[in-house]
Amino acid sequence: MSIVVAYSPDVYGRAALEHGARLAQADDEQLVLVNATRGESLVDRRYAHEDEVAELVGRWQAAGVRIDVRRDLVADVAEAVLDAAEETGARLVVVGVRRRSPVGKALLGSVAQRLILDAECPVLAVKPER
Amino acid sequence: MDLLLEGFQTALTPTNLLFAVIGVLLGTMVGVLPGIGPAMTVALLLPITYNVSPSSAVIMFAGIYYGGMYGGSTTSILLNTPGESSSVVTAIEGNKMAKVGRASQALATAAIGSFVAGTIGTVLLVLLAPTVADVVVKLGAPSYFAIMLLALFAVTAVLGSSKLRGFVSLFLGLAIGLVGTTTGQARLTFGRPQLADGIDIVVVAVAIFAIGEALWVAAHLRRKPLEIIPVGQPWMSREDWGRSWKPWLRGTAYGFPFGALPAGGAEVPTFLSYITERKLSKRPEEFGKGAIEGVAGPEAANNASAAGTLVPLLAIGLPTTATAAVILLALQSYGIQPGPQLFSAEPELVWGLLASLFVANTLLLVLNLPMAPMWAKLLQIPRPYLYAGILFFASLGAYSVNFAAFDLGLLLVFGLLGLAMRRFGLPVLPLIIGVILGPRLEEQLSQALAISQGDVSTLWGEPVAVVVYLVIVLILVGMVASRLRGGNGPSGPGGDPEAGSDASTDRERLSA
Repeated sequence: MSIVVAYSPDVYGRAALEHGARLAQADDEQLVLVNATRGESLVDRRYAHEDEVAELVGRWQAAGVRIDVRRDLVADVAEAVLDAAEETGARLVVVGVRRRSPVGKALLGSVAQRLILDAECPVLAVKPER
Repeated sequence: MDLLLEGFQTALTPTNLLFAVIGVLLGTMVGVLPGIGPAMTVALLLPITYNVSPSSAVIMFAGIYYGGMYGGSTTSILLNTPGESSSVVTAIEGNKMAKVGRASQALATAAIGSFVAGTIGTVLLVLLAPTVADVVVKLGAPSYFAIMLLALFAVTAVLGSSKLRGFVSLFLGLAIGLVGTTTGQARLTFGRPQLADGIDIVVVAVAIFAIGEALWVAAHLRRKPLEIIPVGQPWMSREDWGRSWKPWLRGTAYGFPFGALPAGGAEVPTFLSYITERKLSKRPEEFGKGAIEGVAGPEAANNASAAGTLVPLLAIGLPTTATAAVILLALQSYGIQPGPQLFSAEPELVWGLLASLFVANTLLLVLNLPMAPMWAKLLQIPRPYLYAGILFFASLGAYSVNFAAFDLGLLLVFGLLGLAMRRFGLPVLPLIIGVILGPRLEEQLSQALAISQGDVSTLWGEPVAVVVYLVIVLILVGMVASRLRGGNGPSGPGGDPEAGSDASTDRERLSA
């Protein structure tokens, strides 16, 4: 069993990681951090810097959490998270959600929405503190 | 001087000013995006020549050319990936500066240096081009023939890493230029009436630049995103100014003459400028760790060379870079024959263009200093959207030449050729120059021979022609000598036949 966190280097991703890691710590479970990109643009600000990931991993490992990182170039980011959840037999997927305007909803896909609808296990939708 | 003032009257009309602003913004945008350059952009915009006045179109294209030189530096500095071939050297020190938190100063010295160099270069252009045109107009067909031969030869042999690949590309271009029935008998038309008028160069240019690039990117779509360094407003301290102004001037001194020579392009002068600055620097230990001189010099050099390339383009009708070649196409599609007569035949156009270069340069400085962080955001555009747009405009452009579906077929065929050239590291520039100059070379040759009634010796009957042939021989001897002297002469990446890898082809590809 594991807890999968869909991570992006912003307040939403950090909130998700915070909650996921706390749960993993409490239940002593494997934490899987997924940070994927479609690799279609030269710069993807939702793809974390390696140093940043290393720092996060170090911090939570020091707190006694077993943490596994998956960083990939994939065709579909939501799919990558779902695959990771299935492979590691996740009991929970944690994802940060943001407010979206009606136009934004119509135009852009949402990784969080795909995860909530398609995941086999429960999904915890986290909002950053205001 | 009066002529230049009249030129400003043309350049500062609201319409032309608007086109200059559009050109400058577009140019910076495509300069920022790696893989998309001013040559491709001008090629895609060629259809606008159907309903925009010649001076407006040329003013816009010149803005794109200058803007491309500006934009390339932003990507070099913030991303360590040159947006343009002319900014390869900028990345060396520029990215180091950005990494130690001096991105603002690097961007500022690049922008201000480009402005200084562009302005000095344009002044030199205004002084030189009419003089050169006066000299060139007296030359006969044999001399023209020799000069074009030199241009073809120099662009192929001096630029680029592999001579063989350069010549393969050149002869491909010349072969495409042969298609048609200009000489009376059908050559390479394969019995197709659509090919009787020859292949429209616009189709070739759009296919090689746009379709080839789009297919190449489609084949390498997913790449690990690069690290971008966040940046605020560009600014410089007093010390940075003190360290920058000499490299700016020296860079200009390198860039302009190299741009004006047929073996122009911005790669050689930017590299020379970098080496010079490293040698002359009072703080050589800073080089390799982010020395501001290493950004200031090369950035000045590439803008000065852009001004320099306009000398042969306007005075002789000789393009020496891909962008200049496509601008030449635009002029031809208006029925304007660039060459020494241009200054007397189209004074409004030429002086309007020269004046607009000053305007474009100033616009670039005013727009780009505050907007650098915004340009960096362009790099987040997903490539599928970007290239879908490029393919759309490419097809539209090719179709609108003759409104014939046949041209779309040609577009695809040459697009595949462009992809293959990128895959095997063939430089694009010799092909484009070959397609454009091939037919004109033939025209001068047949004219010379018609005047001399078939006597071949007329080809070396003019002193200028003899000198030019001597230069060609000297370059040839130099090439052979450097090959013999160790065989590992200036044959950087791509000299290795197995080096069709992404890295080297990326570099070659940028040379467009």
